[in-house]
Amino acid sequence: MVKVTIDGIEIEVEEGTTILNAARQVGGDIVPPAMCYYSKLEGSGGKCRTCLVEVAAGSERDPRPMPKLMVSCSTQVQHGMVVKNLTSDRVKEARAGVTEFLLANHPLDCPVCDQAGECHLQDLGFENGKEGTRFEEEKRTFAPRDIGDKIKLHMNRCILCYRCVYTANQLTNKRVHGVLNRGDHAEISTYIEKALDNEFIGNVIDVCPVGALTDKTFRFKSRVWFLKPMNAHRDCPTCQGIATVWMFGNEIQRVTGRKDAYGEIETHNGKTAWLCNTCRFESKDVAQWTIEGPRVINRHSVISQGHYVLKNPLEDKSTVKNLK
Amino acid sequence: MGRKLLLEHADVPGIETFDVYRKHGGYRSVEKALKTMSPEEVVEEVKTATLKGRGGAGFPAGMKWSFIAKPEGVPRYLLCNADESEPGTFKDRYLMQYIPHLLIEGMIVSSYALGANQAYIYIRGEYMFVLRIVEKAIAEAYEKGFLGKNILGSGFDLDLSIAPGGGAYICGEETALIESLEGKRGNPRMKPPFPAVQGLWQCPTVVNNVETLATVVPIINMTAAEYTKIGTEQSKGTKLISAGGNVERGGVYEIELGLSVEEFIYGDEWCRGIKNGKKMKALVPGGSSVPILPAHLITKTANGDTRLMSYESLSDGGFASGSMLGSGGFIVFDEDQCIVRNTWNFARFYAHESCGQCSPCREGTGWMEKVLHRIETGKGNMRDIDLLADINKKIEGNTICPLGDAAAWPVAAAIRHFREEFEWHVTHPEEAVKRNYGMLKGVTA
Repeated sequence: MVKVTIDGIEIEVEEGTTILNAARQVGGDIVPPAMCYYSKLEGSGGKCRTCLVEVAAGSERDPRPMPKLMVSCSTQVQHGMVVKNLTSDRVKEARAGVTEFLLANHPLDCPVCDQAGECHLQDLGFENGKEGTRFEEEKRTFAPRDIGDKIKLHMNRCILCYRCVYTANQLTNKRVHGVLNRGDHAEISTYIEKALDNEFIGNVIDVCPVGALTDKTFRFKSRVWFLKPMNAHRDCPTCQGIATVWMFGNEIQRVTGRKDAYGEIETHNGKTAWLCNTCRFESKDVAQWTIEGPRVINRHSVISQGHYVLKNPLEDKSTVKNLK
Repeated sequence: MGRKLLLEHADVPGIETFDVYRKHGGYRSVEKALKTMSPEEVVEEVKTATLKGRGGAGFPAGMKWSFIAKPEGVPRYLLCNADESEPGTFKDRYLMQYIPHLLIEGMIVSSYALGANQAYIYIRGEYMFVLRIVEKAIAEAYEKGFLGKNILGSGFDLDLSIAPGGGAYICGEETALIESLEGKRGNPRMKPPFPAVQGLWQCPTVVNNVETLATVVPIINMTAAEYTKIGTEQSKGTKLISAGGNVERGGVYEIELGLSVEEFIYGDEWCRGIKNGKKMKALVPGGSSVPILPAHLITKTANGDTRLMSYESLSDGGFASGSMLGSGGFIVFDEDQCIVRNTWNFARFYAHESCGQCSPCREGTGWMEKVLHRIETGKGNMRDIDLLADINKKIEGNTICPLGDAAAWPVAAAIRHFREEFEWHVTHPEEAVKRNYGMLKGVTA
C-alpha cells in the first residue's frame, strides 16, 4: 500500500494505482474529470488531457515536484506523492484551456442533441469552461453517417476520445472501426463505411462521452430529463441482461447499460455488464424486463437534480464587475 | 578549415559503393569494435564522448543506450530514425544519399553495443530514391559479410531491414515510429513505459537519428578521448547543418561545434553571406520547431557574448532571447521576408501534421493556423495576437508528445520578437495582402 495526498486528503491505495483511480477512491469534487479514460477499456486514457493534475511532490524518496502537469489517468502514484487538483491554479488554467479546445470545433447543438442532459462535455464546460468563446473561425464539419442500422455517427460532436475504437477493437477480432486522417480532420470511421455487426457493438453508444454516437431507436424521441431511469434486468442468453431502462409513463423509450458516477458501465458478478444489441435495441416492451426500482443518478448532468445551480453572483466577482 | 568526421570522403566518386568506401577506411570501426571491444566498452566509449542525439532534442545517446532493459530471452531492437521531415532539415538525406555505408557501419557497431540482432531503418516515404540507395548498400554489406550471421567471425549476428514510412511527420517521434513500424496508425504512445523498456513489439528498443548512429563510427575509430577534443565545453564533436533560406550558398555543412554563428553565415567556407547583398532579418537555427531569433540576437547573445553554433550557446538566455540547435535546419531570412507569413506557413505545417490524438494539439494547431491565416490575409485584429499567445500557453507542455510544443514555440517566439510586424498586418491590411507577392491569389483585404 502506498500513501498519497490529493488536495490535502490523505489516502492509502494499492501500488500501481493511477492518480485518477486514487482520487475516485476518495470521491467527491476532487476527482479530476476524464473524457477519454474508461477503466473498463484496456489502453484508454491520456488523450483528452482534461484530467491533468499538478504533482507537487513526486514521492517520499524523491520529493521534487514534476515540472509538467501530469495526466492523472495514466500516472501511477508513488509513496508520499502530493497531488494538487482543485487547489492548483495551474491545473484550473490548463483545464479551462482543454475545455476551450474541446469546444472549439464542437457544434454546440445541444438543443437538438440526444446526449444533452447526460453529456460529459456539458458537465466539463459547466464546471471548467469560461463564458463566451474566442473561436471565431469556421468550424470543421462532417456529414452525419450511419454505422449499421442502429447507430448514428455525428462526427461534428466527436472529441476523439478513442473509447469507441477501443471498444470495437476489444469486442471484435477485426479492426473494422478506427480513426481516419490526421489533426483536426481526424474522424472516427468504419472500414470503407462497413456496417459494424457485432452482438455487442451497441456499447459504443454507452462509452461515448458526447453525442457523437447515438441510438437510432431512440433518436429525437424524447429528452433524457423527461424520462425516468429504472434499474431492470432480464434473462438474456448473450449478456448479463443488467440494464437501466428509461421510461416515459409505462413505455420504455430506451435501454442503456448501468452507468456509475463516472459514466462507466458497472461491474456485476465480476464482469463488466456490457449490454447486447438485443437487450439494447429490441427489448422495448415492459413485459420483457423485471423492473427493480428507480435508478439514482448522482453526479453528472442535468438529470441529476440540482447539479446545475447558478453561481452566487455575490461570491463570484468575475461575473459582476465593480462589486464593492 | 574545420575537421570533418562524417563527410570527409563524401565527395569521393563512387563512395556509395562498398569497395570505394572500404578503401577509404570504411568499416574499420566494425572490425575494431567486434574484435577488440566488449559491448559495454562501446557503450562506455559513446558515453565518454558525450554524444548528444542529433535528431533535435539533444538527449545524450550513451545515456539512452545505458537505459535499455536487458531481460533474459527477450530480443532487443535498434531503430534508425530516418523520418527526417522537419522543415528546413535535410542533413540525413544527404548523409544517406552520398555515404549510405557510414550509416550501416554505425548501425552495426551500435547494435553490437546494445546486443540487438535486428535493426531497422525507418525512412520517410518521400525519400524513396534514398531508400533504393541504402537498400543497395545493405545488400553489398550482406554480401561482404558485414551483415548477417556471424559477422567477421565474432559470433555476432545482425539483420538490417528498411521500413518505408507513409510520410507523416509525427512518425519521426520515437513511439509513433514504433507504432508505425508495427503496422498501426502512427500515434505517439504514452510515456512511461519508455521504448528502452517496452518499445517495438513490447521489447526493449533504442531509437536514434541517422546522424547520431553515423557519428558512432568516428567515435570508435578515433576513441572518445580524441573526439571530445573537438567542440566546446558542453557540445562535443561535429554536427551536420543544413543551411537554407536567403543565404548565398546553402547546403549541408559539417561544422565543428563552437564555430561562431557569424562565421557560419558570412564565412567564405560556409554560407558566404546573405543573397543579393541584403541584410539579415531573422534566423531559425535548428529546424522549424525552434524559436526564431531576431537580427540583434543572432551573432550576439543577450548579454553580449559571441553566439556560437553549439547546444549551450544557441539556447543561451532560454526562450526569451535564445533558441535551440535542434536538428540543425538553419534557415536564414533576409529583410524582405514576412515573419507573419512564415509563421503561418510553419503553423500550417504543424496543423497538417498533428496526429489528432490529444485535444490541445489537435484543436490548438488548427486554431492557430486559422488565426494566423486571418492576420496574414489582412483580416486580423489586435486581440488575435494575444489570443495566439494564450493558445500557445495552453498547448505547451500539455500534450502527449513534443509536437504540441514544436507547434507552439515558433509562434510564441515570432510574437515575442516581431510583435510590431503582426500589429502592422492588422493596421495595414491592404499592404499586408500585397506583400504576399501574389502568392495568395484572389485574396483581398
